[in-house]
Amino acid sequence: MAELLVPEPQVRGPEPQLLAPETRMARVRWALRSWRLVAAMWTRATMAYRASFYLMFAASIAATSLDFVVLLLMFQHTDSLGGWSLPELGFLYGTSGLCLGLANLLVGSADALGDRIRTGTLDTMLIRPAPALAQLCAERFSLRRLGRPLQAASVLAWSLTELHVRWTADRVLLVPVLLVCGTVIFGAVYIGGATLQFWWGEVRELQNSLTYGGATLIHYPPTIFAKELVAGVVFGIPLAFVNWLPSLRILGKPDPLGLPTAFQYASPIAAALCVLAAALAWRAGLRAYRGTGN
Amino acid sequence: MSLIELQDIRRSFTIRTKAGRLRREKREVHAVDGLSFSIDAGECVGYIGPNGAGKSTTIKMLTGILVPSSGRLRVAGVDPARERVRLARRIGVVFGQRTTLWWDLPLRDSYELARRIYRIPDARYRANLDRCIELLDLGGLLDTPVRQLSLGQRMRGDLAAALLHDPQVLYLDEPTIGLDVVSKARVREFLREVNTRQGTTVLLTTHDLVDIEQLCGRVMVIDHGRVVYDGSLDGLHAAGQSERTLVVDLAEAGPAIEVAGARVVKVEGPRQWLAFPAQQSAAPIVAAVAARYPLADLSVREPAIEDVIARMYAEVAIG
Amino acid sequence: MEIPVGLGPENGAHAPDTGQLSRDGRWDTGRLYLAIAKGAFRRYSTYRAATVAGTVTNTVFGFILAYTFLALWQARPGLGGYDTAQAVTYIWISQSLLVTVAVWGGGFQDEVQDRFRTGDIAIDLYRPVDFQGWWLATDLGRAAFHLVARGLLPTLVGALAFHLRLPTDPLVWAVFLLTVLIAVVASFGLRFLVSLTGFWLHDSEGIRAVMLVVAMFFSGMLLPIGLFPGRLGELAHVLPWAALIQIPTDILLERRTGGAVLTGIAFQLVWALVLLAAGRAAQLLATRKVVVQGG
Repeated sequence: MAELLVPEPQVRGPEPQLLAPETRMARVRWALRSWRLVAAMWTRATMAYRASFYLMFAASIAATSLDFVVLLLMFQHTDSLGGWSLPELGFLYGTSGLCLGLANLLVGSADALGDRIRTGTLDTMLIRPAPALAQLCAERFSLRRLGRPLQAASVLAWSLTELHVRWTADRVLLVPVLLVCGTVIFGAVYIGGATLQFWWGEVRELQNSLTYGGATLIHYPPTIFAKELVAGVVFGIPLAFVNWLPSLRILGKPDPLGLPTAFQYASPIAAALCVLAAALAWRAGLRAYRGTGN
Repeated sequence: MSLIELQDIRRSFTIRTKAGRLRREKREVHAVDGLSFSIDAGECVGYIGPNGAGKSTTIKMLTGILVPSSGRLRVAGVDPARERVRLARRIGVVFGQRTTLWWDLPLRDSYELARRIYRIPDARYRANLDRCIELLDLGGLLDTPVRQLSLGQRMRGDLAAALLHDPQVLYLDEPTIGLDVVSKARVREFLREVNTRQGTTVLLTTHDLVDIEQLCGRVMVIDHGRVVYDGSLDGLHAAGQSERTLVVDLAEAGPAIEVAGARVVKVEGPRQWLAFPAQQSAAPIVAAVAARYPLADLSVREPAIEDVIARMYAEVAIG
Repeated sequence: MEIPVGLGPENGAHAPDTGQLSRDGRWDTGRLYLAIAKGAFRRYSTYRAATVAGTVTNTVFGFILAYTFLALWQARPGLGGYDTAQAVTYIWISQSLLVTVAVWGGGFQDEVQDRFRTGDIAIDLYRPVDFQGWWLATDLGRAAFHLVARGLLPTLVGALAFHLRLPTDPLVWAVFLLTVLIAVVASFGLRFLVSLTGFWLHDSEGIRAVMLVVAMFFSGMLLPIGLFPGRLGELAHVLPWAALIQIPTDILLERRTGGAVLTGIAFQLVWALVLLAAGRAAQLLATRKVVVQGG
């Protein structure tokens, strides 16, 4: 992330014809580069109001910490919630918050798609020679969104020191896999949810129930929720793969649904499916917006 | 060689309207309804019509934002519906009421982003930027945050941003709207330069007939999604028998002026309004009036686009 | 593609453009404010999809938080003096009130912020209709709409899915509605002060963000204030945010009965009046500042 802070080095651009992004790999690289260019512009723009930036950054850390303060207050009155200890909840909280926070940092801006359509900003993106989705995700990018992942990362670090886990190879490996896949799943939820706004411009808040609501859900252990709800986030919107299922393995907890152990390792598959679904939804939405194929 | 080509382009929208408390009705609206025309490289075309006539839908299709419901469309050799990104490198777009510049950043930063997004080779970028700075007098503004620029300065900044990548076509949506007289003149002068010297094809929508008079050899009138006139501005005036107005302030109030080629339509104290055919020069009338009456001031007013179009319809209906 | 028609509010409805109304002598002040409030109610009722989306979100959060409370009260029955049904009811009622009482901020604040951006705010101070009164009326109209549109559904869903403790005595409901009204006024007082900082600060976004955190926590929105430990609990009980969620909810749960109802309402009223008076003073200062700077 530090890279975003420094001004982009003066890259000498080759002739445009030679660089026409033709292959899939080149297209992805071009999308990432577009994202970085636009995000860097927004970073500089928000830094024009430095005082406001720092205040917002502090407020964002405080706001995201509130949920954890509530957890701490709850544990003033009890030693375990649904059979899980505070460090174990801290692990859930840290992983969920970190994944949501990173996804929000990278693609969270997509959730304002309805506004972008209303104000014509999306049209401006469509007349630039860069992928509209990359531009949309970078629109209004602000480093103050680092607040959530930083706060969650510190809770996660704390929980890792407090947990009594026998760190086998698969458990150690599952943690980074969990973080990457969780971020991807939340990112896909952001984009997939935003796509709805191609058809219903005002439903931005619905997104909150999937992202912030979803993250709140998986702060807590699956054992306290109704089985239907847990099944919903395994087989429906697969938020259970962000941290619940891998955590069962990492922390050695029983699965309330009694699913096969394979599920606990299946986050990469779930993440891939989410990306596919979000990509299809985005393409369908953009086609509907531009009016392709009717 | 035609650079822009439309063959029987149609575009319809489904509109939901409220019908009663809970019910909503769907209605099909044909924003563009069988549009055919072509524009050659190097032309400068005025694209006019009443609000809701289909102007912005056309522009959105020509820029690749919207895809036509049916018909064939080519811009700079590209099908905008299929190759939006490729098209984007060949066109420049300026919306008069919406800036693409970065509000909180110095003007220069917006150009730097354009350089990278459009992948403009360094030498070309520098040459184009230098030329824009010179022609649009942007030198002193490059390090000013865009939010501090006046409307006219911002429009000049937007024009430069749209031209850095050497587009073959430049679309302008109301480029002079809200500008003062000096800024308008400067924008027009620049556009003429771009069109004649560089050979950039220009398509502009406007509500200001002076834009068209000074820039466009050709004007297209669109209404209800169809081209209803395509030709010279003089021809449009002739078709609508439109009149310009000479406003004369005499030294003192007097009887209505009598002069050949114009007629008095209104008198208010020392001020008198004389109407004369739009395609005629005002010079001989001014000379004739000045020779016989003591003048304090005078000005010429162009007919409003809406009036010209309305009269053209009236002609068609009568004829 | 479909283009939704009439999504945005009519622009006129945003602006306090009532010069004409008040010049017309037949309008008395009360009717004017009623008309303003009705206008706001109607305007919010046009954002249908947004209302549905928001209600769904409140309901989803209601479910999630209700389960966490069930788990906590299973571990500690009777915690904080709430039985399990009361604890779950607390969640659903607070979710139903969240937007009505605007704990999060918002409502008229977004419109005021727009007017700061366009510079119209300086003109607003000189309109014949009182600035504070105008925005209070619009906020009450908004709250009335949100109480119905975003309060009923979560409460109903909560009642169907969980065992809730709702009062049977209509008088309790009536008193509850009264306390919600005062809660909205107190919340307005807080938000009005925050918005007016825009006259002195470059933008009030940062202050708003900080206020959101403080309000969510100290209103009891996340956890009943009774569960806060020691000094923190004592402090939370006397801060104005207690008037927003904690007191109305406790009255509905019949945890406050008899004299405690009256002291609760008195607490709310005192804060509402103090905040409105502070807002009035800030408004005078702002007007003076605008005069000095010539607009």
